[in-house]
Amino acid sequence: MTPFTYSCPKTIEEAIVAAESGPDVRFIGGGTNLIDLMKMGVEHPRRIIDLNKLPLKMIEEHNGGLRIGALVSNTDAANHPLVRSRYPVLSQAILAGATQQLRNKATMGGNLLQRTRCYYFYDPSFEECNKRRPGSGCAAIKGYNRIHAILGASDQCIAVQPSDMCVALLALDAVVQVDGPPRSIPMRDFHRLPGSTPQIDTNLQPGQLITAIDLPPIPYGRRSVYIKVRDRNSFAFALVSVATVLDTRPDGVIRKAHIALGGVAMKPWRATKAEQLLAGKKPDENTLRAAAGAELQPAKGYRDNAFKIELAKRCIIRSVQSALRAG
Amino acid sequence: MNTSNDARGFRPNRREFVETAVAGAVAGALPSDAQSPAAPASTECTLRVNGETHRLDLDPRVSLLDLLREHLQLTGTKKGCDHGQCGACTVLVNGRRINSCLTFAVMHDGDEITTIEGLARGAELHPLQAAFIEHDGLQCGYCTPGQICSAVALLSELKAGAPSFVTPNIADLKPLELTEDEIRERMSGNICRCGAYVGIVAAIRSVAEGQKA
Repeated sequence: MTPFTYSCPKTIEEAIVAAESGPDVRFIGGGTNLIDLMKMGVEHPRRIIDLNKLPLKMIEEHNGGLRIGALVSNTDAANHPLVRSRYPVLSQAILAGATQQLRNKATMGGNLLQRTRCYYFYDPSFEECNKRRPGSGCAAIKGYNRIHAILGASDQCIAVQPSDMCVALLALDAVVQVDGPPRSIPMRDFHRLPGSTPQIDTNLQPGQLITAIDLPPIPYGRRSVYIKVRDRNSFAFALVSVATVLDTRPDGVIRKAHIALGGVAMKPWRATKAEQLLAGKKPDENTLRAAAGAELQPAKGYRDNAFKIELAKRCIIRSVQSALRAG
Repeated sequence: MNTSNDARGFRPNRREFVETAVAGAVAGALPSDAQSPAAPASTECTLRVNGETHRLDLDPRVSLLDLLREHLQLTGTKKGCDHGQCGACTVLVNGRRINSCLTFAVMHDGDEITTIEGLARGAELHPLQAAFIEHDGLQCGYCTPGQICSAVALLSELKAGAPSFVTPNIADLKPLELTEDEIRERMSGNICRCGAYVGIVAAIRSVAEGQKA
């Protein structure tokens, strides 16, 4: 592992100033992804700034919703009574990811910045990876690509964003709060599709620090569900996942649907076309099938992952049916 | 971003990890090393491990796992994958279970660490240690310290009412029902290559039910 210096600032200002020292600086929260990448030889920071002494561990009421500090552990967020009772889809999504040991350490801010689990990115013995070495090519496009993207990919990169938490945050219209300087970034604008710059995962600027995640008030937040399809029942990344939140009338008509997909793109994918087709409808099987089909219409499969297209459609259908029964 | 070509030549294997760990141990023991341009500045920290205070001056690259095994000679905690995937290195930090391989020791200044060596009271085994023997919750034993530390935390998580992904109706905040599915989901971060899972689940269940009564 490349040597680095370590500091542990006590204030946000100190942390932001420390981060200005150059491109080889990394903030560390839980470290469950960063340290792994350092061991693999993917990340080589020369300075590590430990954020754990910063006062960002609050979960509090905020503008009728909730504000969750960036350093709150995934466990504490998922277990919090206000998260469980008002935004159960977020608790479910967090608990669907990783293991208890990892969730105890992983932070909310860090989870937003999880790197992809593309095998070719994660192992530097592969020469080609445009995300790791811009311009070197994409080994996944012609290689084994079972876990890769079916939506929003480019000829430069077909990796997927692996977080479960982010899928629920997108469905809940969460907003990421950033400092250095202060800025609010809606979840839908936080992650980036690869395009011609796959090395850039998010719209966070270098040196900016995530301070909190805000959840807006959603009175119908309990009518929600997170479903995840994976190769084994626990401790595996999603092949496809769906977070669905529904605002319904007493007669079963959907006023508004929030549907987000995971495991299909380099960002959590908001299913806006499906949402539009479901609004104002009392969904039967045909309506659901049409909505899911419209969403996946632009999907593109590669050699090993084309199965995800039909899988994603079925997951959308199942999640809306489950959400209608929830809450 | 990669700043040199060393990433391409890096092939992680068990021997290299051991060599890194040993190098880390030497760098930690010799403060003069810290002044050479190649070595990082060492960092002071104080950790309490199984009730004992340790004042340390460490290369910040030393993982908590390597600190325990190579510096403090607490070799009960095992190195399996060294990537947070197997759970053999599970220890308790301030009562919570974590993978000690995926955290730097210097990040635990002031923390209270409990390892498998800290669970028994003298000659009296921790109830989970006794239950793992009683229910054959092991074969080769390599994953066992991690399994038991993980299970100790599992019991306190159950007491605190913490939900899991298989907990039904998570929004209702109801008391938990301890099913085998719950135990299996909550222990999924600890792999047992011998496949002693049936005994592991039985051991945990027996202690959990004993505590409830």
